[in-house]
Amino acid sequence: MNMMRHYVKSFMLWELLLGLKLTGKYFFARKITVQYPEEKTPQSARFRGLHALRRYPNGEERCIACKLCEATCPALAITIESDQRDDGTRRTTRYDIDLFKCVYCGLCEEACPVDAIVETREFEYHFEKRGEQIMTKDKLLVVGDRLESQIAADRAEDAPYR
Amino acid sequence: MIDALLTMWNQLPELLQTIILTVVKIVAIVVPIMLSVAYLTLAERKVIGYIQVRIGPNRVGPKGLLQPIADGLKLALKEIIIPTNANRILFILGPILTLGPALAAWAVIPFDEGMVLANVDAGLLYILAMTSMGVYGVIIAGWSSNSKYAFLGALRSSAQVVSYEIAMGFALVGVLMAAGSLNLQEIVLAQKGEWGIVNWFMLPLLPLFVVYFISGVAETNRAPFDVAEGESEIVAGFHVEYSGMTFAVFFLAEYANMILIAVLTSIMFMGGWLSPFEGIPVLGALFSWVPGIVWLLLKTAFFLFLFLWFRATFPRYRYDQIMRLGWKVFIPVTIVWIVVVGLFIMGQVGPWFD
Repeated sequence: MNMMRHYVKSFMLWELLLGLKLTGKYFFARKITVQYPEEKTPQSARFRGLHALRRYPNGEERCIACKLCEATCPALAITIESDQRDDGTRRTTRYDIDLFKCVYCGLCEEACPVDAIVETREFEYHFEKRGEQIMTKDKLLVVGDRLESQIAADRAEDAPYR
Repeated sequence: MIDALLTMWNQLPELLQTIILTVVKIVAIVVPIMLSVAYLTLAERKVIGYIQVRIGPNRVGPKGLLQPIADGLKLALKEIIIPTNANRILFILGPILTLGPALAAWAVIPFDEGMVLANVDAGLLYILAMTSMGVYGVIIAGWSSNSKYAFLGALRSSAQVVSYEIAMGFALVGVLMAAGSLNLQEIVLAQKGEWGIVNWFMLPLLPLFVVYFISGVAETNRAPFDVAEGESEIVAGFHVEYSGMTFAVFFLAEYANMILIAVLTSIMFMGGWLSPFEGIPVLGALFSWVPGIVWLLLKTAFFLFLFLWFRATFPRYRYDQIMRLGWKVFIPVTIVWIVVVGLFIMGQVGPWFD
């Protein structure tokens, strides 16, 4: 009897029709494609994108060359050299992040005692020449200056959970 | 102006007149086929996209309508690479031999009553011969590429196509028994009757109809029977070594074959150009002004949609499963149903065989 049922079922293409019904239903389902350049998905305040070096409100750079970020970086993407500045404070003379090595884990940001190195929400960038992927200190500071209001707002929003 | 042209036309020798007329008719058939092939590729990507909850290509031109033209242009501009140690003549001949029969078969397709390029009496035999010819192109392409993958793909594909050819042939035997003619036009007219849609061969030959369409999917090497091109094991199958225009010709042939199978299925089982509303009191009169070719195109479009729907739904068959289905299921089913059709004809059953 079971044999018969099996034969009847397979000759009626029952399972195949069930499959077609399912995909047929999805044919009319609402499409969830995000049309990227025109539409964008919402971003978290904790988004980890392009790096930036921040300054204090008085214009002084935050980084004190403690090299904790360099030590914690799992991809060895950060290179720091430091020296004493004329006013006697310790400052970096070189702060390079190789974006090809970086895995955007955010550990540098977590390690930083003065919130100097941060990852911004910016993720739409590209390089046209070899060597451009090295973010030097100057470039990082420029990014920080440009996005400071957003960076500060995001840190403030996340502050209760840190 | 028109008079002058007419007198010029009448002055031409009769032979030249028929040749020119035939060429014009051929162009009138081939150009729409090529266009529909191009837009079938877009339709495929759109339909599969929709089924996967995406929207498919929509960047080139309004709603992505120029996408096939962009694709074609890209392929036309690419270099044709002929592999070292490949047999050059056969390598170029392969794609031509696949596309040629796919287009040649259209000669006997009746688009409407009397709208046919060649009203051949043995049209069904011609169709069978032409659809079988396509395999040679695949075999030649696979062999002349001088590549293991291409050769394996060609072997698989030809074995599969040849196996399903038999089931397909038997299904057509059922059709010709029911219609009593090999002429495609006669076959459609045999499906005409006072009962309209019920008179179509779809109902008395239902198993043959299903077998024919599934074999058609296998014949064109489409999913779920696309073992000829398994990305994971033999890359692209018989056409791995082809690039540029030669690849485009294979592509065209595959889609032209799809359209051909869809048209043949609608002609032989779904009443060709006959209106589905015939015989229904009000609707029949309401739709009687629609030209027959529209119905044929609608039916064809429906079967083409089925092709795409199948591709988006079913996982691929394993090779031994394909062979089992072809030899141990389809051939017995068709043979049994041919006997049943014979009994129907002897007993003069229903609206079909009296």
